[in-house]
Amino acid sequence: MINFNLFVLPFFLGLIYVVIAIGKSWYQWIKALPAIDKVKFMAGIRHPRQVLSALKEVFLESLIHRRMWKRNPLLGYMHMSFALGWFLLIVLGNIESRFYSGVHLNAPYYPIFLKFFIHDKLVIFFEIFSVPGFFRFLMDFLLLFVLSGLVLAVIKRQKSRWFGMKRTTAYQLTDLVALTCLWLIFPMRLLAESFTAGYYGSGGGFMTQPLGNLLVRIMPLPDDLVAYAMWWGYSLALGIFFITLPFSRYMHIPTEVLLIFFRHFGIQPKKWYSSISDIEVQACSRCGVCIDVCQLSDAGIHDSQAVYFIRGVRDKYVPQVISRKCLVCGRCQEACPVGISTDSLRLIKRRELVSGQASDFSFLNTENNPSLQAEVVYFSGCMSHLTPTIIRAMKGIMDQAGISYLHLDEDRSVCCGRPLMIAGKDRQAHDLVEFNKNLIRSTRAKILVTSCPICYRVFKEEYNLPIRIQHHTQFILDLVKTGKIPLQGFFKKVAYHDPCDLGRGSGVYEAPRELISKIADLVPVSKDANNAMCCGGSLGIFEASQQQRNAMTAGALDILLQGQPDIIATGCPLCKKTFEKQSPVEVKDIAELVYEALPKPAYYSASGQSRPAVSFADELI
Amino acid sequence: MINFGYKIMRDESIDLDRNDMRIAEYLKLHEPSIKLCIGCGSCTATCSTGHFTDFNIRQVHTFIRRGEIKRVKKEIQRCMFCGKCQLVCPRGVNLRNVILTINRAIEQIG
Repeated sequence: MINFNLFVLPFFLGLIYVVIAIGKSWYQWIKALPAIDKVKFMAGIRHPRQVLSALKEVFLESLIHRRMWKRNPLLGYMHMSFALGWFLLIVLGNIESRFYSGVHLNAPYYPIFLKFFIHDKLVIFFEIFSVPGFFRFLMDFLLLFVLSGLVLAVIKRQKSRWFGMKRTTAYQLTDLVALTCLWLIFPMRLLAESFTAGYYGSGGGFMTQPLGNLLVRIMPLPDDLVAYAMWWGYSLALGIFFITLPFSRYMHIPTEVLLIFFRHFGIQPKKWYSSISDIEVQACSRCGVCIDVCQLSDAGIHDSQAVYFIRGVRDKYVPQVISRKCLVCGRCQEACPVGISTDSLRLIKRRELVSGQASDFSFLNTENNPSLQAEVVYFSGCMSHLTPTIIRAMKGIMDQAGISYLHLDEDRSVCCGRPLMIAGKDRQAHDLVEFNKNLIRSTRAKILVTSCPICYRVFKEEYNLPIRIQHHTQFILDLVKTGKIPLQGFFKKVAYHDPCDLGRGSGVYEAPRELISKIADLVPVSKDANNAMCCGGSLGIFEASQQQRNAMTAGALDILLQGQPDIIATGCPLCKKTFEKQSPVEVKDIAELVYEALPKPAYYSASGQSRPAVSFADELI
Repeated sequence: MINFGYKIMRDESIDLDRNDMRIAEYLKLHEPSIKLCIGCGSCTATCSTGHFTDFNIRQVHTFIRRGEIKRVKKEIQRCMFCGKCQLVCPRGVNLRNVILTINRAIEQIG
């Protein structure tokens, strides 16, 4: 018997097309890598260890969907059943087909439509303990596994809430075609195999044989024709799916594999739109997890979440408004199961789209600055000037500890530059960065302390200063640990709010918590650390009205107030200022809490220097 | 000339019929919250740039409303974008986007 039939053509042509399309994309991406990354790539693929660890992650993420499981077991199962189930169907189907053809290399369509070609070679129905019987059982089991995921996927489309997701992604036409074909593939396979098994009375497994027998009994049309039509349908579904794959969200399947390899070879996204950004964009599976965590939904904004933004980038059209409508809080980046750097992508696009209007900061004159020097330099930041209690507390604490410090922006501050950068105006921010850098260098400081996480992050990431940079929570914790300031705790419940730029942005989670637990009772917050909410005051968003911001703030406050705290503590003047307007309880910066926890006499005399100033910088470093 | 400690003020007569209202219109269209402005000047009082220069965002807004856009172009470049103005605004004007929108308007009208 010739193992060929006309109906394999849609599948076969689709397969050839998709292999060429994916190969071409991969080749282009690798070719377009920046020179340094190309070297890394070539070194990486020659390194068996890196390749193996990448393969391990491909297995865990692309097939098992580990991060999805962590997020929600039901979602994890759904994705795993599709990916792992299909993968095993292909692999085991190939092995199975060798028993029948007797050769190692079959035409690619032979294993896919095996049951059509071999129905005459199967006589016995139930012989699970023989090798072919075992395979038939396994293949039916895997098909059932995939179909169970399919049922979940259909339910999820209708009732996403059952899957712990508020909403799911709205699709475009190509996605819809691909999705329909994908959903049809496995039911078609089930029907085709069942009808064939039913018609010949053998060849099916534990599921397809009984189903086939039943179908044959109730089907009024000639069974062999129906079976043949089903094989055509199965092949067409596969073929159309393959042809739409490069244009639809399912391109994420081959792209994510490459992305994982790139990561293991140490290739990182750049500040501009590079080949890696392109891969990240294509690796987005549009699962909608980012929509679910995005706080813009609280404010009734449903069109600019990471998934829609990335889709816009992919389709080469991002409306400026969409690029500006994002808190840049980083929650989606933390939640993304593919690990796409959504925030960096957003900033890349902002840089491209923002108006090129020059800035004129010629009024900043370095020569006018007093050449004061100190080992500890305190930079309160613009925002802290609106919350003078934080500055007072910091000064009080440093006086109490007897530290000689220099308050760099005591009466007027030059912005750190991040507000401009977050709008995409990196070039314009350059002058501010240079000015502040020179100013800080001129003080010969050893430690730079800042009260503002926004400044902290940009000092760390952009300033390249050869000194220790600390957020005030870290600095105060060092003072406490080295015994420079004694603390008297009080019995109050405190809920800690992680500022975006301090937590997700800079990875400072522990210092603030340690400090609070030293002076008060830290109550747990349901969404904290890297899943913490944004206060809603973010400098990252431009297209949000005050009412929309208030709605987001209210959402964040709800979470913080769940543990019924007496005080909401934070480490960011902007968060404090934002919460203060709406919070029913006191909102305090950690510096203020520590200041209150200082022993009383010092508390009253803190304005003056209570102890002789000594150099502590060396001790602390 | 002898410096008497004062000078004759520049002619400030404004012809609203002939002035260029394009930025004002663009701004009202793309950031409508500007219409909430009561001109209290809180933004200017807290302005980071204002501590170094005579930069005055309230005045810039006045220029825009009067259609004196030549002055706006120069002034707006000095904004450091820190966002303090927005935080103190009692009317909830989305000031950082106002600045961005003015920038775009200037770019568009050339």
